[in-house]
Amino acid sequence: MESAVKPLLNSLPDTVFTTKVDSLLNWGRASSQWYMLFGLACCAIELMQTGGPRADLDRFGCVPRATPRQSDLMIVAGTLTYKMAKRTKLLYDQMPDPKYVISMGSCSNCGGLFQLAYSVCKGVDKIIPVDVYVPGCPPRPEALTEGLLKIQQKMMRERWLVKKPEVEESVGA
Amino acid sequence: MEAKEIYDKLDRRFPGKVSDFRGDVLEPYFSVEPAAIVEVCGYLRDEPDLKFEVLSDLTALDLPKEDRIQVVYHLYSYTHRHQAVLKVNLPRAASRVSTVESVWKAANWFEREVFDLFGVVFEGHSDLRRILLPEDWVGFPLRKDYVEQEEYDGISTERAPLVEKLLR
Repeated sequence: MESAVKPLLNSLPDTVFTTKVDSLLNWGRASSQWYMLFGLACCAIELMQTGGPRADLDRFGCVPRATPRQSDLMIVAGTLTYKMAKRTKLLYDQMPDPKYVISMGSCSNCGGLFQLAYSVCKGVDKIIPVDVYVPGCPPRPEALTEGLLKIQQKMMRERWLVKKPEVEESVGA
Repeated sequence: MEAKEIYDKLDRRFPGKVSDFRGDVLEPYFSVEPAAIVEVCGYLRDEPDLKFEVLSDLTALDLPKEDRIQVVYHLYSYTHRHQAVLKVNLPRAASRVSTVESVWKAANWFEREVFDLFGVVFEGHSDLRRILLPEDWVGFPLRKDYVEQEEYDGISTERAPLVEKLLR
């Protein structure tokens, strides 16, 4: 799987390298997404697999962080109960901007198999904004990697140095 | 000791307090009067023939048709390798029973769980709070007449429409 980060704009020969500041910022951010370790249920096992040597999220610059203060990306992996939902919101609020959320698996997308249970939150998007939904129960590591590349694409299209950023079509499922 | 022998022994010791022995099921059980539960449990633990050292589970059943809640005690003896199941029937409207925490320390959390999900009040319990659900939860979800709230703490409990509805 190729990285979604496109080579920078280069209009001059080898020695001089020109680009847009936005592109440089985005390239830097997209190439170092630090995701928070946030496994709630069985999806966390697949999340660990994705971080492991076979799927190897490291090659996209993704490293797990154990604290929300150092994270850019929250991968909500697993069944979210109402009791945990409040903590999830708190952790999300503790992450520094700009921040992104991947909802991994059916449970965090909509409650999944457990949506008829009294204690399960019917989707993590009821409490925090979600950028990419990864379907599956649980999703394979390839699927999560794809979700991560979608986040990278979204990052690369962002404009930070213009006053009114144009409304961009959202990337995702 | 067989379940029937345990029951007979209890029946001799506490006449009228135990009843309804059922021996033709996988785990034979009998009913105990709510007022006598602590006394019976203490006897079951301390009597050398019985020696039920372990309360392996304590749970409940909601039976709305018969208007009662049944608290179920699963006991096991490591000394004699035998087991017993005790049931206590309580009215649904006033489901109160004495705690057996003084007999088995393990009853503390089991009883909190039954209180949390069924609303059974264990009188004399040292710390009767919710154990699984958040403390501000409304209602007792494992009761058959439980109605889900519209929202919990500002989070809507509405579900996404099912796939058949989307296709129509």
